[in-house]
Amino acid sequence: MSKEWPLWEVFIRGQHGLSHRHVGSLHAPDEEMAIKNARDVYTRRNEGVSIWVVEARHIAASSPEEKGPLYEPSNSKVYRHPTFFDIPDDVGHM
Amino acid sequence: MYAQLVKTAGTGVKTREEMSDEERNFQDRVDRDEKIEPKDWMPDDYRATLIRQIGQHAHSEIVGQLPEGNWITRAPTLERKAILLAKVQDEAGHGLYLYGAAETLGVTRDELTEELLSGRMKYSSIFNYPTLNWADIGAVGWLVDGAAIMNQVPLQRTSYGPYSRAMIRICKEESFHQRQGYDIMMKMAAGNDAQRRMAQDALNRFWYPSLMMFGPSDKDSVHSAQSLAWKIKIDTNDELRQRFVDQTVPQAKYLGLTIPDEHLKWNEDRGAHDFSEPDWTEFFNVIKGKGPCNVERMEARVKAWEDGAWVRDGLMAHARKKTAARTAAE
Amino acid sequence: MAGKTNDDALFQFLLRMGDNSLILGHRVSEWCGLSPVLEEDIALANTALDLIGQTQFWLGLAGEVEGKGRTADDLAFLRDAWDFRNVLMVELPNGDFGQTMMRQFLYDAWSQVMVGRLIKSGDKRIADIAEKASKEVAYHVERSADTVVGLGDGSEESHARMQAAIDYLWPYVGEMFDGDEVDAAMVAAGIAPDPASLREEYDALVNKVLSEATLKVPTDVFHHKGGRTGYMHTEHLGHLLTSMQWLQRAYPGATW
Ligand SMILES: [Fe+2]
Ligand SMILES: [Fe+2]
Ligand SMILES: [Fe+2]
Repeated sequence: MSKEWPLWEVFIRGQHGLSHRHVGSLHAPDEEMAIKNARDVYTRRNEGVSIWVVEARHIAASSPEEKGPLYEPSNSKVYRHPTFFDIPDDVGHM
Repeated sequence: MYAQLVKTAGTGVKTREEMSDEERNFQDRVDRDEKIEPKDWMPDDYRATLIRQIGQHAHSEIVGQLPEGNWITRAPTLERKAILLAKVQDEAGHGLYLYGAAETLGVTRDELTEELLSGRMKYSSIFNYPTLNWADIGAVGWLVDGAAIMNQVPLQRTSYGPYSRAMIRICKEESFHQRQGYDIMMKMAAGNDAQRRMAQDALNRFWYPSLMMFGPSDKDSVHSAQSLAWKIKIDTNDELRQRFVDQTVPQAKYLGLTIPDEHLKWNEDRGAHDFSEPDWTEFFNVIKGKGPCNVERMEARVKAWEDGAWVRDGLMAHARKKTAARTAAE
Repeated sequence: MAGKTNDDALFQFLLRMGDNSLILGHRVSEWCGLSPVLEEDIALANTALDLIGQTQFWLGLAGEVEGKGRTADDLAFLRDAWDFRNVLMVELPNGDFGQTMMRQFLYDAWSQVMVGRLIKSGDKRIADIAEKASKEVAYHVERSADTVVGLGDGSEESHARMQAAIDYLWPYVGEMFDGDEVDAAMVAAGIAPDPASLREEYDALVNKVLSEATLKVPTDVFHHKGGRTGYMHTEHLGHLLTSMQWLQRAYPGATW
C-alpha cells in the first residue's frame, strides 16, 4: 500500500453564485482533512463559499479520442446561440 | 529561472518529414495554441521534459521558503511579520500547485520529493544565497520575485493545460510579492544610515545571482529550440534577462541605490541597457552544490521530511481505521 | 471607564490576551517551511497569521487604554520579559509537530471558551475584537482537535508521541484558569469572566477530544504559574524575545 496521502481534486463555488469550479488538487489522508486543507490552501484570498473534494481516482473522464463524437455534433447547431438570429434594431432590447 | 538548465529530452527539433503522424498532429495543436491536456497523446520527450521542468519549478518554490523564512521570527513590526509570513506561505502554495500539475503527467509528489532530497533533481541557484540583513527580504521580493514574474507571466500561455492553469493562479498571487519587497526597499532607502547601508549591501549581493536566475545564454541551444517549439519555454534566457535589467534600472535609481556594475549603461541603438554578465563559473559551482547555502538548504528539507514521516504515517493510519470502521458498520 | 485603578487592571488584562496570541503566533510561525507536509505548512501559517492579527487588536487596545501613546508594535518589541503577561505554555519551545499541535489544541480550546464569553463583554471594544476572533478560533480548534485525534488514534508511534505531548504540557494547562485581583476587577466591571469559571466547559471539550484520540488525560492537579502575572517566566521567553525584538532594539527609532 502506498504511504502517500491520496490525491483529491478540489472544486470551489465563489461569492457570485456560479457553479463549483475545479481549482486544483491536494493531498489529504481522508475527506474531512481534504476539505480543511482545501479551505487553507485554496481560499486564502477569500475566493470561496463552498468546497467540494473528490478523490482523484473516483473521477471518470471522457477520453480525448471521443472528442469528435462528443462535441462536434453541437458545433453544427448554430441556431442554439442567440447571435444566430438577426433582430432589427427597431425591435429594441431582446 | 525557477527551472534553470532543464535538460530537454530528445535530440532537438524534428522536421515535419521526420515526425510521425501523431507527432505532427501534436505539433499542429501546439502551433494553433490549443492546450494539451493530461489524457491527450503527447511525445514521451515532451512528457519527460515537462516533469523535469515543473518538478524543478516546484522544488524551487519549496526551497525558496527557506531564505525568507529565515527572517520571519525577526521581522521588525507585527505588520511586516504578517506580510512576510503570508508571502512565504504563498510560495508553499505555489509548490503545491506545481506538484499537482506534475502529478497529472504520471509522477507522484513523493517521488519528486525523493528526487529533490537525493540531489538528482535541482532547484533554482538563487535560493543557495543567504539572507543576512532585513533589506535582503526587500531585495528578494523586489529582484528574485521580480525575475520570477518575468518568466512566469509568459508561461501562463504554455502549451500544457495544467501547467498553464497553475501559472495563472501563481501569477495572480505573485503580484503582491514583488511590491512588498520594493516597499521594504523604499523604507530602507529612506531610512537612517544603517538602513541605507543594508539596502545597498543587499542589492550588491543579490544583483548578479538574480541575473543568473535566467540561466546562461541559450540562443544557440538545440534543446531550448525544442522547448520553444513545444511552447514550454516562451522566451530565450537572454531576452528575459534583458527585460529584467531594463525594468530594474529605473527602480534602483528611484531608490537612490547603485547597481554594482560599472559597465551598466543605456544603449541608444539597441534601445536597451548594456550590462555585465554574471560570473558563470560561480553559477555552475552553485548548481553543483558549492553555493554558500546549498548544504543548509538540503539539510533543512531532509530534516523536515524525515521528522515529518511519523506525522504523515500516523494521520494516514487513522484515516484507514476510520474507513475500516465505517465499512464494518455498513 | 471608571477610575485609574480600573484602567490599570484593564491594561493588564489586555496584555494577557495580546501576549498570549503574540507569543503563540510567533512560535507557530517558526514552523513555516519546515512542516511534515505542504498542506500542514500552509494551514499552520494561516493559524499564525490569525494570531498575529489578534495580537494587533489586543495590544493596540492595550496601548490605547494605557494612554501613554504606545502602539501595539511598541508593546510587542520594546518590553522586556518581566513585562510580558502570557501564560507559560505558549512560550515553551515547539518540540515535535505533535507537541506543537497538542499545545495548539489546549490553547484553542481555552481560547474558544474565553472568546465566547468576551463576546458579551460590557466593554464594546473588547466584544468587537472577540466577535472577530471567534470565527478564527472556531476553525483553529476544529483543526487542531482533528489533528490531535488523528495522531493520537493513529499509528503506534504517533500515539506514543501524543501521549508524551499531553504529559509534558499538562502541568501548564492550569495557569489559564488562575485568577487574581486583575481578574476580580474585570469581573466586577462586567468586562471579562472569572478564569476559573471557564474550566468546566474547557474540561468537557478536552476530555471529549482526548478520549477520541485514545489518550489518557493526566490527573495531577499541580501546575506551573508565573506567566500571566509576570512573576516568573520560563528561560525560553528571553531567547524568543532576543530574536523577535532584535531589529527594533539594535536600531532604535528606525521606521521599517
Ligand atoms: Fe512563487
Ligand atoms: Fe513569489
Ligand atoms: Fe518565489
